[in-house]
Amino acid sequence: MSIIARNITKTFGAYTALNDVSLDVPAGKLVALLGPSGSGKTTLLRIIAGLEFADAQSGRIDFHGTDVTDFPAGKRGVGFVFQHYALFRHMTVAQNIAFGLTVQPRRLRQTKEAIAARVQELLKLIQLPELGNRYPSQLSGGQRQRVALARALAVQPKVLLLDEPFGALDAQVRKDLRRWLRHFQREIGVTTIFVTHDQEEALELADEVVVMNNAKIEQVGTPQEVYDRPASPFVIEFLGNVNRFAGLGHRLPGAGQDVLYVRPHDVDILREYHGKHAIRVQVQHVFSAGNYGRIALVRADTGDTIDAELSRVRLAELNLVAGDEAFVVFRHIRLFPAGAFSERDVATDDTSPAVVDAGRDI
Amino acid sequence: MSRSHRSVIPGFGLSLGLTLTYLSLIVLLPLSAAFIKTLGMSWDEFWTAVASPRVVASYRISFLASFAAASVNCVFGLIVAWVLVRYPFPGRRVVDALVDLPFALPTAVAGIALTALYAPNGWIGALVAPYGLKIAFTELGIFIALTFIGLPFVVRTLQPIIEELEPEFEEASASLGANRWQTLRRVILPQLVPALLTGFAMAFARALGEYGSVVFISGNMPMRTEITPLLIITKLEQYDYKGATAIAVVMLVTSFTLLLVINLLQKWSRRHYAV
Amino acid sequence: MSSAVSSLQRAAEAGHRPLATRDAAWVRYTLTAIALGFLALFLLLPLVAVFGEAFRRGVGAYFAALSDPDGMHALKLTLLTAAIAVPANLVFGIAAAWCIAKFNFPGKSLLITLIDLPFAVSPVISGLIFVLLFGAQGWLGHYLDAENPALPWLQAWIIEQDFKIIFAVPGIVLATVFVTFPFIARELIPLMQTQGNDEEYAAITLGASGWQTFWRVTLPNIKWGLFYGVILCNARAMGEFGAVSVVSGHIRGVTNTLPLHVEILYNEYQFVGAFAAASILALLALVTLVLKTLVEWAHARRHA
Repeated sequence: MSIIARNITKTFGAYTALNDVSLDVPAGKLVALLGPSGSGKTTLLRIIAGLEFADAQSGRIDFHGTDVTDFPAGKRGVGFVFQHYALFRHMTVAQNIAFGLTVQPRRLRQTKEAIAARVQELLKLIQLPELGNRYPSQLSGGQRQRVALARALAVQPKVLLLDEPFGALDAQVRKDLRRWLRHFQREIGVTTIFVTHDQEEALELADEVVVMNNAKIEQVGTPQEVYDRPASPFVIEFLGNVNRFAGLGHRLPGAGQDVLYVRPHDVDILREYHGKHAIRVQVQHVFSAGNYGRIALVRADTGDTIDAELSRVRLAELNLVAGDEAFVVFRHIRLFPAGAFSERDVATDDTSPAVVDAGRDI
Repeated sequence: MSRSHRSVIPGFGLSLGLTLTYLSLIVLLPLSAAFIKTLGMSWDEFWTAVASPRVVASYRISFLASFAAASVNCVFGLIVAWVLVRYPFPGRRVVDALVDLPFALPTAVAGIALTALYAPNGWIGALVAPYGLKIAFTELGIFIALTFIGLPFVVRTLQPIIEELEPEFEEASASLGANRWQTLRRVILPQLVPALLTGFAMAFARALGEYGSVVFISGNMPMRTEITPLLIITKLEQYDYKGATAIAVVMLVTSFTLLLVINLLQKWSRRHYAV
Repeated sequence: MSSAVSSLQRAAEAGHRPLATRDAAWVRYTLTAIALGFLALFLLLPLVAVFGEAFRRGVGAYFAALSDPDGMHALKLTLLTAAIAVPANLVFGIAAAWCIAKFNFPGKSLLITLIDLPFAVSPVISGLIFVLLFGAQGWLGHYLDAENPALPWLQAWIIEQDFKIIFAVPGIVLATVFVTFPFIARELIPLMQTQGNDEEYAAITLGASGWQTFWRVTLPNIKWGLFYGVILCNARAMGEFGAVSVVSGHIRGVTNTLPLHVEILYNEYQFVGAFAAASILALLALVTLVLKTLVEWAHARRHA
């Protein structure tokens, strides 16, 4: 079931939550709406679900070619998993999961036995076959999350929508559930959209990432596309750590007044001066715990801080300590014209960035 | 309703319509009757009705007794609330439940019970009579009845605030060398002031309008122990509807002003405690 | 309710207070003694006095007084009044809480203030306004005036039905409804506001209709708050004195509620009878307190 949202605008009083947003979600895909809070991602999800309605005269929502813009939530055939799960407190797990089946009109409703069987099937699917008689308050966060998912799936939705599905969980549970959801979605093949503000989660889980900011979509692409070819300064800054150098007369060809971005893992450190593009720095601090070594450096000329990330092997080779003098070169630089930074109306078409591949030996 | 204002949850029109209709019929229309009735009076008529010596005397006794009762409730209500929250003792839950007795006990029952206790031949009245002290059928009796009905307002307003007092404040104060008394006076009490004022205003407002618990114990002597609500009834019994309504309007304006003050106090207190 | 509930929850923890918040033993004992002494004098003693006076002439006199037919009638009228006032305010309370908690609209805070209005009005005035409205001198009374009916057909119908409002049962019911108006609404509004709308949204995305959502999701979630409000509303409805006193006309055996019956007997110096009737009301008050405490416990346990 494909989802198409066209020209959706949503305002709450003077506040614009969505500004003429359009989005295509191909059938069967797992799509992440990624953005900071207030970017409009949850509003977009709720409009797709029918929990909010777009402003009058704006936009339309199609599910598999059917216009559902004016359908109420209950008629859209969506499964919605709420951020805090919204499990019915006074019902058992089994009653929660069965709810959607028991509120169907009498002529469509399955028999009690059929519903009970379906609930058992779903309990197995979420790997909690023994917990049907528990109340939500007796479950852990991860279990509640899975029950919420089973409840949404019980009515066989054509579309599954999840609002910050892992937001309320501990780091470890979050990792496990993430993997489980990925696997699970592949298996049942339901078109799924989830909202997150965690870039790592979006990049790891989604087939496609929709990066949102300030009521607009900044970029849509596969995780690799949005990470490697960010369409705007916002995207590059939001997806992972990055060094930013603004308006410097630095010694790179064609840089001018533009803003220049370098990922920490694209920074290489040399002990000795090596070619005209190497920059003189002083080592401020070395963090060597974790998978990578992280080094904080200060540029000798401007005083800017540069973060670098090196493999631990490379770090050991260099044997840096705070106070050492060194030189850095950038393997890969991303450059945006200064005009791309106006707050709101970033015309993404005009800012197709120049990619400067500085190469190892500059 | 346009699409953007459409709500997913149904029933707005039905519930708001029902609420407004019922509110208008049961509350607003009858209340407005009192104000409209006074519009039919000339200013002189109105002034005579609300400012004759007997009426003014009733304001005086109602205000003074309510003020005294609310003040005493602030002192003892604070102690009761503090003890209930901070000091565990056996039977605390029962005592905690008992605090609501004045809410639950019909005022007429409270009235005759208090009279039975404080009349000159009553359980307590007989104890103090030999010393020439008369409680029932004096201002003191009114004060006691109003203290009875006002207590839960102060206790129930303070209790949650005392519960939420962060121990860190007291720990900080103690670590800075303050003794317990200094901590109480300079750290704890200032934090309770908004709630204490709110409780005072609520107890005071309730006491001003109180009738049932007072009418038996007050003795109802014009100019001395006649409270304003009783005077309204007296006027009604004499078929002086205009006089009764005029006094009622004065009381309503006073009550609504107090309601406004209480709302502002609560707003202030919420802001105060939000930090 | 939340305040009382958290007081219970905290009661359990209070044994382990941080050192700096602990008072000296003599302070604790003195303050506890003052608090208990005050409560005993002002709350417990009046309660004891009711029963003491009721049984002053023995158990026989007590039960003889209770079986007085006027008293029985007064009890019936009190129950009838509560049986009308409580459900009426229950429906209103749910409707008001639904529109205030689930929707945003201009004038919402004004509406909440207006709902609280009857709490600020003296009981005597609560009765007076209905006399002004429906009494012989009143607005609507004018239409019912026998001498010069503004609406003859209405008057004819009313005379035919022998229908009176003031100094009759409808007036007592109306005044009671007014006085108990806010109880259930003000219990439900904050409760539903804190619960939010997520469970309702979930039910609706799962295909439930509005009524299904209300009956199967909202109502079970607010049932304790609802019960709590009903208890308080009922206590006040059965015990209201001032407002009812103004509208009733004190017609013995006809328009006397139990609290009014207490007053009449007391003023006639029938003290045993007065206190016997009062003891019934005091028992109702105690039952109210017990139920209220049980609801708080049940609620506290669910949220522990």
